[in-house]
Amino acid sequence: MQSSYATHSDPRLSRFDPLPRVIYFDDFDQGMHGWTALVGNYEGSIDTMTRSYARHTQPMLSQITHWDSGTHGSFDGTYALKIATRAVPGERNTAIKRVTFRKASRIRVETYFAFKPEANELKLSDLDVRSVGLLFDLQDGKERVMPHLRYLNALDGQRMNKWQFKQRSTPFRAIGGRSETVTHDHLSPQDWEDIPDAGQKLCYNEIPTKINWHYLRFDFDLASMRWLGFQCNDQVFDCPGVESIKMAAMPNLSCMLNLAFFCEPDTAKRTFFYLDSVLLSGEY
Amino acid sequence: MASRMRNAYTAVIARGDAWQQSVQTEPYEAAWAGEAIFFIYVMEVAGGDGSAGSGSAVARIQISPDGLHWVDEGTEIKIAAKAESLSFARVTNFGGWLRLDVTVPAELAIKVVATLALKG
Repeated sequence: MQSSYATHSDPRLSRFDPLPRVIYFDDFDQGMHGWTALVGNYEGSIDTMTRSYARHTQPMLSQITHWDSGTHGSFDGTYALKIATRAVPGERNTAIKRVTFRKASRIRVETYFAFKPEANELKLSDLDVRSVGLLFDLQDGKERVMPHLRYLNALDGQRMNKWQFKQRSTPFRAIGGRSETVTHDHLSPQDWEDIPDAGQKLCYNEIPTKINWHYLRFDFDLASMRWLGFQCNDQVFDCPGVESIKMAAMPNLSCMLNLAFFCEPDTAKRTFFYLDSVLLSGEY
Repeated sequence: MASRMRNAYTAVIARGDAWQQSVQTEPYEAAWAGEAIFFIYVMEVAGGDGSAGSGSAVARIQISPDGLHWVDEGTEIKIAAKAESLSFARVTNFGGWLRLDVTVPAELAIKVVATLALKG
């Protein structure tokens, strides 16, 4: 019998609220969908790469298997995109997808995510993950704009449970001798600021091998290059006055629409950031 | 009827890393893939005389049930300690996790790009 609910016509989409144009809908049960490692810039020698970027590794597809309970699986299937850090406090990892935009419209990214530390200790371990987050790297005719959003779970062993943003990056550093390439570490530990009234407790569960999927939505306007707000599970955040890292437009980045997810451990234990699926939509 | 095209993905598991003595690459999950090739490209060698016969490192392919406990899969890659050398090994039926357990002779350091080419 035909369901009277329009959202039931595509159950995979019915748990999202996309804008009219689906730019991409990446379900990691089908493959990597163009998600890759974020390497730093270099010229002449790979040794010119900023160390924090040189330490990034490749994302992978995980069925989230644990020593005690076997395969957990993803939200709606077997595989999730997994971003795994090294077991070094503060040493982040990322995954990125690079496209360009055809209209400077409102955009919305939605994902179902989970994070956990590596389950190598028989204890709660809920303060081992420092943060998980996302960023856009965007450029219009005037500016390069990089909105950063992270959930700060813990910092230096202290429980934080709050959302943060960034509006400053490190100074540019020239790479090589031809003045063609520069770099900056926009994900450096400095300059994170609290989003006002954006505390939130997530569902960590009770041991490191039990995971619960969370919904995250982030809205941004490419026309005004401003935050429009975000939502995580049942909490909605409007973000008035929350800004992005901004710099003058750079050569070779016209209409850039890069989306990256990242995570950081707070202790010497690997952090795992899982994305069941990622949906990017636009208002055009 | 056309069959579904298989997935393929190449992960760089060492990007200009200097390998010395004993090194284990980060765990890589690839349960979706039925086959894999590890490639190891030597960018530079420090120590030895740079000739093919001046020594070699060995990378043992390891598998794991859970990403925590590792065992040799049985395949070894001999890495010639010579700049621009490229070595590889194929593995199948490896379960969920893969990594390399590398031993480099004490007098050598090798700077490598190691990749894991997956298909399934």
